[in-house]
Amino acid sequence: MELTLADLNKGEKGIIKEISSDQVPLKLLEMGCLPGNEVELLQLAPFKDPMYLNINGSHLAIRLEIAKMVIIEKISNG
Amino acid sequence: MAKQINVALIGNPNTGKTSVFNALTGLNQKVGNYPGITVEKKQGICKLPRGVKAHILDLPGTYSLNASSIDESVVIELLLNKNDKDFPDVAILISDVENLKRNLLLFTQIKDLEIPVILAINMSDRMNYKGISLDIPYLEEKLRTKIALVSTRRNSGIQELKDLILSYKTIPTTPCLDSSAIDQEYFDRLSKAFPNQLVYKLWLVITQDVNFGKTERKEASIESFKTKSKSDLKRLQQKETIKRYQFINNTLKVGQTIDASKAKDLRSRFDRVLTHKFWGYAIFAIILLTIFQAIYDWAEYPMDLIDRSFASLSEWTKMTLPEGAFTNLIAEGIIPGLGGIVIFIPQIAFLFLFIAVLEESGYMSRVVFLMDRVMRRFGLSGKSVVPLISGTACAIPAIMATRNIENWKERLITILVTPFTTCSARLPVYLIIIALVIPEGRIIGLSYQALTLMLLYLIGFGIAVFSAWLLNKVLKIRTKTYFVIEMPNYKLPLFKNVVITVIEKTKSFVFGAGKIILAISIILWFLASYGPGDQFNKAEELVTSEYATQNISEEDLHTKIASHKLEHSFIGITGRAIEPVIRPLGYDWKIGIALLSSFAAREVFVGTLATIYSVGSDEEETIKNRMAGEVNPILGGPLFNFASGISLLLFYAFAMQCMSTLAIVKRETNSWKWPILQLVIMTAFAYIVALIAFQFLK
Repeated sequence: MELTLADLNKGEKGIIKEISSDQVPLKLLEMGCLPGNEVELLQLAPFKDPMYLNINGSHLAIRLEIAKMVIIEKISNG
Repeated sequence: MAKQINVALIGNPNTGKTSVFNALTGLNQKVGNYPGITVEKKQGICKLPRGVKAHILDLPGTYSLNASSIDESVVIELLLNKNDKDFPDVAILISDVENLKRNLLLFTQIKDLEIPVILAINMSDRMNYKGISLDIPYLEEKLRTKIALVSTRRNSGIQELKDLILSYKTIPTTPCLDSSAIDQEYFDRLSKAFPNQLVYKLWLVITQDVNFGKTERKEASIESFKTKSKSDLKRLQQKETIKRYQFINNTLKVGQTIDASKAKDLRSRFDRVLTHKFWGYAIFAIILLTIFQAIYDWAEYPMDLIDRSFASLSEWTKMTLPEGAFTNLIAEGIIPGLGGIVIFIPQIAFLFLFIAVLEESGYMSRVVFLMDRVMRRFGLSGKSVVPLISGTACAIPAIMATRNIENWKERLITILVTPFTTCSARLPVYLIIIALVIPEGRIIGLSYQALTLMLLYLIGFGIAVFSAWLLNKVLKIRTKTYFVIEMPNYKLPLFKNVVITVIEKTKSFVFGAGKIILAISIILWFLASYGPGDQFNKAEELVTSEYATQNISEEDLHTKIASHKLEHSFIGITGRAIEPVIRPLGYDWKIGIALLSSFAAREVFVGTLATIYSVGSDEEETIKNRMAGEVNPILGGPLFNFASGISLLLFYAFAMQCMSTLAIVKRETNSWKWPILQLVIMTAFAYIVALIAFQFLK
């Protein structure tokens, strides 16, 4: 199964592979959420929603439903 | 004299754009609105060397030229319209040094419009601290621009920026990348069809949903060029974004080095606590509590002073000026009316001080993050927290602040419920009634009165959230949810910015709401000082003859005459007419008048009572003392007792008594339906709650 941003745990990093849906707002892409960029999960609000991420140097918070549309590959720590 | 240079400041939110604006213009600025819409328009004048002046326009913050809100579309509309009087001779793109990559996206877009752009890299004082070094000559060459390293905190780089504005003609206007390569064939066709237009400009007109109004009517035929489907266009926009980032990444690979080992990361240390699942909320609650305690305790001293000064000024005027209607107008109408405005200044200033500090420091975004999930349950967004918190100052800017909520349903609900939050206009009403009916005393260091005030804020907030939940169930609007929020770095708020915000907001209150308050005070004085028929005009004889047989002191007789007059003045007659409606709430006709007049603006309440009670009163007394002395004509005992006080507090907590808010809601929702619903439902609810409270407590 494909991993998405929603599968990241706190402190984990990943590489964005693909943005799976037209529903993802352009604004998110413009803020640096593009294939090939690195992403780190910094903080989670209660119930994992919203998620506080560092995407390509931009610090953003997005909701879980959008996070599920961004396909990633985890980078193993260490 | 040389022509004024038109300068537009453009940049992402949180880049310190407003600080640069303040540094360039100082207090030489004015804040207004764009015609027809309520987007704030900030402009100012900057003096350049050699006697040249620059007109600086601070455009709303935006991440790109693809607009997703009204604020952002203002930027695009201006940049696409060469005939606009504000069209910039030169644009300054403000970037913060830590987010150069993202900020350059917008930069390359503006370059494509062939407008000369200066790149101002702000917060350059943080470069060492973050281990960032920049190859400025390389970047200037690659980006085809001039760069100024600016630090508004250290006050450096502003002079360089001014010099660059002066020599704007030397800045290249060529784009720094060829964005049409994303679909060469399509863009070729576009430019063939409209040979006189910039292809990027055409592309923007095609892809934006914003209303370009008159400015682009010429290009109406461009509609025919929407040959591609919506999702095709979107894919193309994504391609464009990727293309721009490729260029930016390549440029920064050479032009920017970041030594991560030197970077000190305060952000994550702060975030670990401030966005923590438990501590984050606890700290937020403590901050709110502190704000309320501070507004209550600190503002009390200047407010007492103001209240007493105006009372003595009024007295002094009466003693000094020759007797007559004109003197009375000044002493009983204008001076108490002015007092009713000035008395709010300490609290408004304090409140905006706190809001400005929370916004400037970057903490507000953490609140949005913490609250989003909770708020969504009630059909709101984390972004609704900012309007709801600013609603504690005034519903008008708060409703305007809903614009960055992208989802229409969440935005509409936020607009509809924001007037429930306790705005600063309710504060004086609360303060004076609390002072009258809530006993003094403290519990664990907090005064009962401060706690009551906090309770009222919580009730307002609670009802706002509850009605949001209700609206979310009732309203049938389906919209897509967007929620992307930047979490800016923590910053020590700049003193200058905070001060300017506080002055700006206080001024707009004094001159905006103040005008209404003063006008109403004068009208009220007139209505209270004149009346029809013998009951009013022969009051002196009537009362004297009535008490002729009784042994009554001169002073008492005087008071009796005055109140008889007031009762039969124009205002008294009106008040008596509505008294049956409000008597079940525990109010007399004087409060009724204050209620009626406060439908114009709540803050008029205290001023009205001040005016009514000072008519015919000779003694130097504060408003509070006069109110405490009022006797309930039917039940006896003080008019402002616990039951009627609570009833009044609750009425004010829920009633929709602000014409300006209704006007703003109409403008923001573009329909009369919502403001009228607000007025009717909120007022009816207020009446019922106040009725129950009084009947239960009396």
